[in-house]
Amino acid sequence: MSITVRQIRTGLNGDEAVAYAVKHANVDVISAYPITPQTIIVERLSEFVYNGELDAEFIPVESEHSALSAALGASLAGARVFTATASQGLALMYEILYITSSLRAPVVMALGNRAFSAPINIHCSHDDAYAARDAGWIQFFAETVQEAYDLTLIAYRVSEDRDVLLPSIINLDGFILTHSVEPLNIFADSEEVSRFLPERKPVNPIDPDNPITYGPLALPDYYMEIKRQQAEAIYSSKPIINRVFEEYKEFSGRRYSPLKTLYIDDAETIFVLLGSTAGTIRHMVRKWRRENKRVGVVSLTLYRPFPEEELIEAIKDAKNIVVMDRSFSYGSPGGQLFMDVSSTLLKYGLSPRILNVIYGLGGRDFTPDLAEKALHLVVETDEKIVWLGVRG
Amino acid sequence: MVKWPNKWMELPIGGVINVPATSVDVKTGTWRSHRPVVNLDKCIKCLMCWVSCPDNSIIRLDDDYVDVDYYHCKGCGICANVCPTDAIDMVEEGGI
Amino acid sequence: MANFIRRLNEIPREELFASGHGLCAGCGIPPMVKIALKAVDGPKTVVNATGCLEVATTLYPNTAWRVPWVHNAFENAAATASGIEAALRALKRKRGWKDYKIIVFGGDGGTFDIGLQSLSGALERGHKFIYVCYDNEAYMNTGIQRSGATPIGAATTTSPAGRVIPGKPENKKNLLDIVLAHRVPYAATLNSAYPIDMWNKFAKASEYLDKGIGPIFFHYYSPCPVGWRMDSALSIEVARLAVQTRIWPLYEVEEGKIKINVMVRRPKPIEEYLKLQGRFRHLLKPENRHILEKIKEYVELNWNRLIRLSQLDSIY
Repeated sequence: MSITVRQIRTGLNGDEAVAYAVKHANVDVISAYPITPQTIIVERLSEFVYNGELDAEFIPVESEHSALSAALGASLAGARVFTATASQGLALMYEILYITSSLRAPVVMALGNRAFSAPINIHCSHDDAYAARDAGWIQFFAETVQEAYDLTLIAYRVSEDRDVLLPSIINLDGFILTHSVEPLNIFADSEEVSRFLPERKPVNPIDPDNPITYGPLALPDYYMEIKRQQAEAIYSSKPIINRVFEEYKEFSGRRYSPLKTLYIDDAETIFVLLGSTAGTIRHMVRKWRRENKRVGVVSLTLYRPFPEEELIEAIKDAKNIVVMDRSFSYGSPGGQLFMDVSSTLLKYGLSPRILNVIYGLGGRDFTPDLAEKALHLVVETDEKIVWLGVRG
Repeated sequence: MVKWPNKWMELPIGGVINVPATSVDVKTGTWRSHRPVVNLDKCIKCLMCWVSCPDNSIIRLDDDYVDVDYYHCKGCGICANVCPTDAIDMVEEGGI
Repeated sequence: MANFIRRLNEIPREELFASGHGLCAGCGIPPMVKIALKAVDGPKTVVNATGCLEVATTLYPNTAWRVPWVHNAFENAAATASGIEAALRALKRKRGWKDYKIIVFGGDGGTFDIGLQSLSGALERGHKFIYVCYDNEAYMNTGIQRSGATPIGAATTTSPAGRVIPGKPENKKNLLDIVLAHRVPYAATLNSAYPIDMWNKFAKASEYLDKGIGPIFFHYYSPCPVGWRMDSALSIEVARLAVQTRIWPLYEVEEGKIKINVMVRRPKPIEEYLKLQGRFRHLLKPENRHILEKIKEYVELNWNRLIRLSQLDSIY
């Protein structure tokens, strides 16, 4: 695969970009329920199906629980499957998240990241993404609309790989990406995309000629072996994810890696974060460099499996680490990414000064001023956790 | 008898059981306290016992008379109860 | 022409539901499952809600199934089946895959209660599958807790025959009425004491699916010797009594037309049914006479209503 394929320059919001990627992936079954800020995805997909532009079954389920339940059934049957949700919808799916990954069904889901209730709020937090972090799904974070499109196609290749067979989530920040129009390149149609993403070749699909029992009861004599195998599966997906990133670069001309770095080589302070706010921090890092401040930034495109080697390689020489969480793990030692980063540092025997910044909950703006404040606090305060942008 | 793998890396992925009807090796006959005994002289081949048995333990012979699979029979007594001619007796186990 | 039967010897010998499973001695579920898997002809796949049938037939690595069998969770068997059915439609159309029929088994907990929403959604969307609720009238798998299917007066571990409240105070939910509100093309009640009737209903369901018509819903009376505290040998006998006392009318509804399959002209006394089961024994005491009267009233009301409805050309 060495020819870069013809692409169209257009403008779409994040939801529409995902919908186009799903169309170009030529999915067989879409099973979804409306929820802000993901709804545009399923609206566009319904239009594609109802107008005959996409040959797929659209299951207009009666809840998110059923959305993922039906998606899992369809995936076991051998179909290429898509679902999408956000926030409360993800919470309602929670039970089936674990079952989907445990049954090794390569469902792909877009998550329009939104805060959990209460109070009810439709704007961005990463509560839902973090809620799924232990569930055995591969998780990607998009920073731009282009990434939302690309990562959706990449997710299918990764998930359906015979050596992976795990479901994937593509996270895109609610409203900030889901509803913002940005320029991007998309492929012409699914036929072009099929050169990167051919038809799914299911392993052990439901087949009356080969009767398999899916989802049995396993008690203490076998449960742990089955779980050990699943743990290995998600760690083993890392080299395959890297290979697919490489192939996608050949195909699209766009390069992806588990994490994106800027000015890390000599950085004294490095910001680590997920999602669209990385753009703000990158803007600030460029500004700080002009002021001769040695600051760098790492944003994670791959969140699960956690890219620990790459992260350590990127931050090992920094004196100060600012970990930004757009959520909070109540009663825990800190935010969720903070705990990931802290335990990774400890695992590799490193102990830089580390500050956990809680920001942007429920769609609260994260401004350049707040970034300045974070940079100041990481050396000036003994606090380990600070909430920025909150009144009080 | 299906030899099932023991180590985690050898199990079929996704926790599936990829061989049908592996349960036939399980000897549920040990649950039994009473065993059904068929008196073929009374059997009218109605097959009510065969169709009602929860454990497929009434063996339907070629001529539609019946026999019992004692490896699996749990001794529930349904067969004796449904028999319209009382051709099946439940006999206590362990009488040797 | 569907494979209707008149005698039990017309049922093929080969079993698709194997022995060696862990369902209790005398369990009412297998006689229905065995018939379902044979009377629904051609290739098929089973979807199973969490419950007795699911746990007892798939204790890893032992499975009792000779057909593909899918268990997802408790409340989502109908949704899971929806996904399989939709996938099959797409795969047949896009890639020429072979067809198969889908049979869903869920207990009363998984159907009346926790799975009612996903069942309703699937029925409304019109997925082509057969859903069978095996109703043993309580959460038997977790140890006999009351469900929406538990009849009035029955003692369970969460509706005990107490000194103040003698058993479940509420009536059983009428599940088939709820199903019929979705205007399904074919629905029926089933009973293990009437295996030929049961076979022919599954055969008819199979024929409907062959014509691309669905969903089909069956409500199966599933005796539970352990939960009902009765001799395991009485499983079929109590099922027959349920029909003969008019507690469990055997009927079918095709495109809204009700047909009563077993017309019970002279019903047996309800006490005959109750006295076999420990869960009802307290109702035969003089102080609980009022509950017994309520049960009789309810059964009579239900039966008379069914008779009246069966005289209509269609209830839809």
